[in-house]
Amino acid sequence: MRYAETGYNLEVDLTRGNIEKVATNPKETELYLGGLGTNAKILWDRVPPEIEPFSPENLLIFSAGLLCGTPATGCNRTIVTTISPQTKLMAFSMMGGFFAPELKYAGYDKVILRGKSPNLVYLWINNGKVELRDAAHIKGKGAIETAEIIRKELKQPKAQVAAIGLAGENRVFFASIEQGRSSASRGGIGAVMGDKGVKAIVVRGTQDIHVAKPAEYMDLCNEVMQYIQFRNDNPIPGVMPILAGLGSPQEMKVHDEKWHTENFMWGNSRVRRKGFWTDEIAGEWMETLDKARTRLISCYNCPMTCGATISMPGLPTYMMKCFTKLTYTMGAFSNLDFGLKIAQRATEYGVDGFSAPQVMAFALELLENGILSDKDFPDMPQDNEGRFYYLLDKIVRREGIGDVLADGTHWAAEAIGNGAEDYAHNNIKKHEQLPLKLSMLNPIYFLMYSTGEKMNITQIEGQFPQAPYPKREHREAFVKDWHHVPDEKFKQYFVDWEPRGEKSMPFYPTVDMCCDIVDWQEKMHYIDDALGMCAGLSSFPLKPPYHIHNYPKFISAATGFDMDEASLSQAAKRYRTLVRAINIRRGMRRKDDQPPKNHWKKRFPELEKELLDTYYRFKGWNDDGIPTQASLHELGLDYVSEDFVKRGILTEGEDAPSKVAAAQQETK
Amino acid sequence: MKGKKEKKTIKTIKIDVDKCNGCRACEMICSAFHAEPKYSSNNPARSRIRIIREPLRDLYVPVYAGEYAVAECAGRDKYTIDGKEYDECSFCRASCPSRDEFKEPDSGLPLKCDMCEGEEEPLCVKWCPHDALILQQREEEGEAQDPQDELENLEIGLEALADKYGMEKIKDAVARISKKV
Repeated sequence: MRYAETGYNLEVDLTRGNIEKVATNPKETELYLGGLGTNAKILWDRVPPEIEPFSPENLLIFSAGLLCGTPATGCNRTIVTTISPQTKLMAFSMMGGFFAPELKYAGYDKVILRGKSPNLVYLWINNGKVELRDAAHIKGKGAIETAEIIRKELKQPKAQVAAIGLAGENRVFFASIEQGRSSASRGGIGAVMGDKGVKAIVVRGTQDIHVAKPAEYMDLCNEVMQYIQFRNDNPIPGVMPILAGLGSPQEMKVHDEKWHTENFMWGNSRVRRKGFWTDEIAGEWMETLDKARTRLISCYNCPMTCGATISMPGLPTYMMKCFTKLTYTMGAFSNLDFGLKIAQRATEYGVDGFSAPQVMAFALELLENGILSDKDFPDMPQDNEGRFYYLLDKIVRREGIGDVLADGTHWAAEAIGNGAEDYAHNNIKKHEQLPLKLSMLNPIYFLMYSTGEKMNITQIEGQFPQAPYPKREHREAFVKDWHHVPDEKFKQYFVDWEPRGEKSMPFYPTVDMCCDIVDWQEKMHYIDDALGMCAGLSSFPLKPPYHIHNYPKFISAATGFDMDEASLSQAAKRYRTLVRAINIRRGMRRKDDQPPKNHWKKRFPELEKELLDTYYRFKGWNDDGIPTQASLHELGLDYVSEDFVKRGILTEGEDAPSKVAAAQQETK
Repeated sequence: MKGKKEKKTIKTIKIDVDKCNGCRACEMICSAFHAEPKYSSNNPARSRIRIIREPLRDLYVPVYAGEYAVAECAGRDKYTIDGKEYDECSFCRASCPSRDEFKEPDSGLPLKCDMCEGEEEPLCVKWCPHDALILQQREEEGEAQDPQDELENLEIGLEALADKYGMEKIKDAVARISKKV
């Protein structure tokens, strides 16, 4: 018997309409865990770099995490993996909600879509009975609307639905997959779903998920529940409220938006509005949110209430979480009322809440600066808010200039030319980032922005405080119950960290310390993404209930595998390196590992070079960011090594000539 | 016999729908607790509590599995509370032929909440930190059941049936049932 996982994937060939239930190899689970890890293995094996994102041979994988469906609190994430049309690299956007556990209860760990359906269809998974059904009648419908229609027509109120809206159908490069209160939005995975002709995946499951050592497992789950309650009663002192507690940033709960509105950028990530948050605005926004918000809601088996049901007057109800609350508001220099209203339409269309507002603000900036002209925006309303609705419609319908903008700021700028590139200024690897512009380089964040292959800062940061407390005594107090650190040395790093002086940024934490810190933070995210755990209870907040010391116990008790901290770290390193390898094989190199040029005003090129050099070495990568043969061998990834040599990415027997070595050879 | 008092512990789960966050941890832990061996498997479809959950209409109603009913009701009720319309049978605790609720998904055998006998409190209550579910216990003194009363009740019921169907039909039915037994 398989424990924690079901041991089956659902393979769907959309071109031929063929559906198969395929048993998986338990050995792969030991090596790559599940979720992101096994997704990466499948993508490496089956999607060579020649395959374009919109090729029938690209795969779109929906995977439950390894521990989804077990009683582990907050373990409910679906990891969606494909090749992104925007970055042309591996995308692994994720969503919480209720989909992953339901998929496990239906008897599957993953749904793997390949090929292209000749007509728009939806996939209906009802335990062992799986079928592709015609979706002609829901073509063009909103993502939330679609879910409601399907549940009704199947008479399955408990079915979980992941659907695309018009943006996905029209292959908008930042289209999302929506699932009730959650969405997998980053990287344009909704466009790949639309390209495959799949409007929705619908799942209902009523079967058991087993755990190997029930009593031990429940003890661990109970400990976590108790710790969550302890942390909810004991927020971290001395940090801003959204960093003090657990969960995703509690945007639906919090009224005080002084920090976001005054420190994050407005418009096309341009303008910082100090002094924006007045009593008057605070009062107005509080009234807006209080009236709109019906209830704070959670994902499956989680007590945190990170989401909310939102009903704006005259508009259909929808659900929201986190920072989409402000992205439209700030992109348009408007107010919360506008932000919550347009987000309703954007959610039905199914677009990413980070990219969409920035693309629209980018378009208007091009207009203001004469790179685009009024002729590009026929019949556009004069008022600011009206223009955003207009642009959103044009983009998701791919009409006129909307067709160009639908590819995101990077590709749109390239198509428009005439200096438009300078306005696509907030991207990493062609992907729009949080609207943040800061003054002095932060070495930890420099490494995370540069090398984080999810290309989203919130999906690599966490665990280690973002800044030191002013007083040593407070730092000492902080580390007292910091049992989460993988090694005692992290406590010392933090205790010695001063806001000013010799031991302050950018030269402290030292380069080596930065490597340790970034590696720890990244590792925890990668473990979460394989297990299906929400970062909000694990890798994102300070002092989370799940950490490197209890995770191996969870995995052992759930699956029956032997797992300790060393073997878990090794597994995480294995599939993290595999993600890197997939992207390297698609052409990603050191030149791509950089934050937006203007992210910090004060840069330190020498230090940055040293950071990257050292971090690459630390990770077992060569100077160009390519995993070396030796490190691949150590991870049991010789098949990657062989492929690299065959493709001329690495040279046999050498750990790939570093740039310096190559240059020296040339001069000889 | 008559008038004899008896002490009973009444366990009530106080359900505050306004506090429900819709996470279904109660369903999850119920199914795990009742697995054999305990906690060895997980499947909310086996749970003895279910959340009627329609997020877009803001409906969240935890309902516990009650008695097994052989037949479905002749008539049904549909409630509207605070402008929200609830589906028929929403609040019903019965495991009955009209629906799939509160039945083992494979065998179809009825499920019934047992308040997690042997535990300090039902686990759904323990796993609901928002206090949408709270256990209340009270001692109540009730009149002990008098066997004579039961017989009187039977006669009242039979008379009602005779009134409705006529004594001949009742006699026939009793004869038929007696043969079967």
